[in-house]
Formats: sequence, structure tokens, C-alpha cells
Amino acid sequence: MSPLNGNSRLVRSSEDVVSARQLVREYAISAGFSLVDQTKILTAVSELARNTVIYGGGGTMTVEALNQSMRRGVRVVFEDHGPGIADIGEALRDGFTTGNGLGLGLGGAKRLSNEFDIQSEPGKGTRITITRWK
Amino acid sequence: MSTKKRSRLTEVIAKHEAAILSTWVERQLAAGSLRRDLMNDVELREDSRRFLTAFAGAIAASPDAPDSGSPAWSETRDVLAEISRSRSRQGFSPTETAMFVMSLKESLFEKLREALGSDPQAFAEEIWSVSLVLDRLGLFVTEVHQKTREEIIDRQQREMLELSTPVVQLWEGVVALPLIGTLDSARTQVVMETLLQRIVETSASLAIIDITGVPTVDTLVAQHLLKTVAAARLMGTECIISGIRPQIAQTVVHLGVDLQDVITKSTLESAFAIALQRLGLTIVRRSAAG
Amino acid sequence: MERIPILKLGDCLIVSIQVDMHDRLAMTLQEDLTNRIADSRAKGVLIDISALALVDSFIGRMLANIASMAKVLDATTVVVGMQPAVAITLVELGLSLPGVKTALNVERGMDLIRASAQASVVTDEPAQR
Repeated sequence: MSPLNGNSRLVRSSEDVVSARQLVREYAISAGFSLVDQTKILTAVSELARNTVIYGGGGTMTVEALNQSMRRGVRVVFEDHGPGIADIGEALRDGFTTGNGLGLGLGGAKRLSNEFDIQSEPGKGTRITITRWK
Repeated sequence: MSTKKRSRLTEVIAKHEAAILSTWVERQLAAGSLRRDLMNDVELREDSRRFLTAFAGAIAASPDAPDSGSPAWSETRDVLAEISRSRSRQGFSPTETAMFVMSLKESLFEKLREALGSDPQAFAEEIWSVSLVLDRLGLFVTEVHQKTREEIIDRQQREMLELSTPVVQLWEGVVALPLIGTLDSARTQVVMETLLQRIVETSASLAIIDITGVPTVDTLVAQHLLKTVAAARLMGTECIISGIRPQIAQTVVHLGVDLQDVITKSTLESAFAIALQRLGLTIVRRSAAG
Repeated sequence: MERIPILKLGDCLIVSIQVDMHDRLAMTLQEDLTNRIADSRAKGVLIDISALALVDSFIGRMLANIASMAKVLDATTVVVGMQPAVAITLVELGLSLPGVKTALNVERGMDLIRASAQASVVTDEPAQR
């Protein structure tokens, strides 16, 4: 369970989804993201936060500012101890066709991010990491 | 044993800070790398003083070997980053900026030799760790310098792209974007954003994207164009792509790009005619006088 | 309970979304609008999203749902004022808004509603060019 410090938030309700977006917005602005880049990462965060609430049974989101010598970025991790995703490939693929439910959220978040990592085990939980660079 | 030596370095700096600062500044002023056309003595003294103070503080706060990456050094790094960025913007070269840090070595070594001359072992160890720290800080300065240069270039590129992406209003409600030159991914992004912004500003319900001046269109560019059209449509504006030469038409079909329901015309003129039609407008010739 | 206000202008319902909506608020809006359309026999629904800096799949679905329900009730839905950054992101997201007409601003939106309506809407001023 990730520690709840200044850059972590509990994501349990639909209001939490809004405050999650607001927190990441601050980080995106600090990293100097253009308006379009801000919108992209915030939309991805919105999708993933919602998935955490609805499908993950609630979880946490942790934001990190990435400050490398050559580039700046924002990394967001969503973690829950929910039912997990049985077929990740399927879940990602759905995003392209149905436009409903879990599929679009995952596939969409992936398309809106520069880096996307997902780890999930049925019965254990899910951990999704997205990164967007300036 | 090692803590005793650490405090020696701190001692030396604490005792002789003013003298070290003075000889260091003299060295910089005398060195060929100082750009007197870009910076005056007062600024140099002030920069040097700030850095030395932060450096002294960091050395004193570091328990064992001074590690320039640790939190105790963050203030020093911040001061250096600021100085490096400023120098980069002013036009100093990376070497000139790095010399700022490197030249401090000599002054420090001088004082260390005075204090530890009788103990060659201690002297050698101090020299070693001071060298390591200053070398790393020198590299850090160079990296920040580079990054600042890149940021400036990026900004200039973007400004140039925006300037070379003129969106003209052909009539109330119709804008045209004549694209000229090769379209790469970065440029197409800027183009897309500029066009959409102008559409909002002019309340244009029709936008003509003319690619007469674009020599080649590959799959990536075609996809970007289609995304632009899709985005404009989502906002409530229809796009017409004009200036499609036979070669481009062939490439597009060959690549299997699906133009869906995007209107395409071979000339800007015919695109404009369609636009007028859509707006319910007609151009009428005035009857000749007499 | 907070609600997004729905205004009536002639035969049209107008909604202006000014806040960062959370999902429950969006669902409430969807319900409220559908009820209002039925009650008022509105011919058009205009949703102003010019203040929305973000439209995700949930909001997108809400807009599409409103449009389909309005259609069943014989009303046209027009979404106006989508910000460029939002449009670009929606395209990247792969979200189209089926059944949702869009326009750049309220004025154009009303033109569209008038054009689609069977009966006359609002006042009897003809559209000026």
C-alpha cells in the first residue's frame, strides 16, 4: 500500500476523481506542459481514476514530478487491490472498438500517454503507471 | 578518522572564505574565458560570492564524502543552475560557464596546501574529494547550460512554425491554411493547434487546408491531417483539403489512408467555391456600364 | 444537492457547464435534462461546454446519451464551444460523439437548432447574414 503523503491521494469516490485531476493539473503546470499536453494527461488521469473507483473498488493515486537533466515530465501511478484484470490485452483492445466501460478508459489512457505500464493479477489488484513528458 | 578530515576542509573554507573568494574572482577576471562584453565585474563577484557561500554551507553539512547529488547540496545546485541558465541565455559558451566552477579549484587547493602542507596524506585526500565534487558540479553546470540552449531553440522553432502557419480569413466564416514545405510530426502538431485556435477566434464554420505547397505526404502526415479534420469537426467546423496533386492522390490511395468523408479538391479555388456554396453565398458579376 | 441550472429560451433548453463536474453531477444533469425536455416539449437543447477544459469518456457518453434521449423526444441537441485542446484530446482518445451536433458558439448553435427544427423556434427574426 503506497504511503499517503503530499503527492498521494485516495481515490474512492467520484469527487476524488475530480480532486485527483486537480492535483495532477498542478504538477502538469509546474512541469511547463502546453495546454494540449495538460489536457491529454488530465483526461488519461480521469479515465484511470474512474476505473480505480468503479472497477478497482477504490485505491490510491500517486503523482511524481520527473526532473531529468534533459527533460521534464509527470508520472502518475494508480493502484488498487480490486479484482484485477484477467485479460489485459483484451481490455486494451476494447478501447478501439466499443467506446464503453473499461476498454476505452485503458486504451484511451494509453494513447494519451508517452509511457504506459500495467500490472494486474486477478484477485490481487491492479497497478497502472502513466508518464507524460513535456 | 574520516570525519576529522572532513571538518578540516570545512575549517579551511570557514577560516579563509573571504580570501578564497577574492583570489578566485581575481583568477576569473584574469582568465581568458571571462566574457567582459557580456558580464561586468560586479556581477561576477556577486555570482561567485553566492556560489561560494552555498558551497561552504554544503561542505559543512555533508557528513562524510561530499556527494553533490544529495539533498544537502540542493541549494548549491540551485544557485549553479540559475547562474548557468543566465549565462547560457546571455550567450556564454558551455566551457566559459563551466570554467566558473573549475577555476574555484585552484583557490581552494592553495588554501588547503597552506593548512595541510605538513600532512601530505590528508592533503591528498582533501584534494581528491574536492576535485570529485567540483568536477561533478562542473558537469552539472554544463548540462543545465545545454538544456537552456535547447529550450531557447525549441521556443524559437515554435515561434517560427507559428509564423509560417498563417491562417487567413477568406470570408466571414471561412478560413484557409496554405501549407508550404515539408510537414513533419512536430510541425503538423503546431499547425493543427494554430488552425483550431484561429477557427475559434474567427468563428469559422469552414476551414480550407491547402497542401499545394507540400511536396510529399506520408502516412504519418496524412494521419495528422485527418486528426486535424476530426478535431475541427468535433468543434463544429468542416474542413476541405485542397491542392491535392495527382502524385499525392496516388500516394494516399497506395498507403491505404482512409479519407472517410473529408472533402478534397484539387485547387484552392474550387474549395472556396464549395465553401461559399455551403454558406449559402453566391458571387455575382456586376453588369457592365453603358 | 448541487445541480447545473437549465434555462429555457423559447423552445430551447440551454445548459452552460461551468464547473469541473464529478460523475454524479453529470448523471444528475442527464436526468434533469431528459425530464425537462419531456416536460417542456423543447425542440432544441444547447449545451455550452466552452468552460470545460476536459471532456473524458464519461462526459462524452453523457453528451451522446442526452442527444439520443432528446432525439427520441423529437429535440435536436447541439454542443457548443468545445475548446481546441479538448477536441484534439478527444480525437486522440478515439472518442467520437455519435448523434451529437456541434457548433462553435451559442449563436451558430441556435442557427443549427432552428435549421433542424420542424416548427419555428425562439422569435420570428430571420437569420441575418
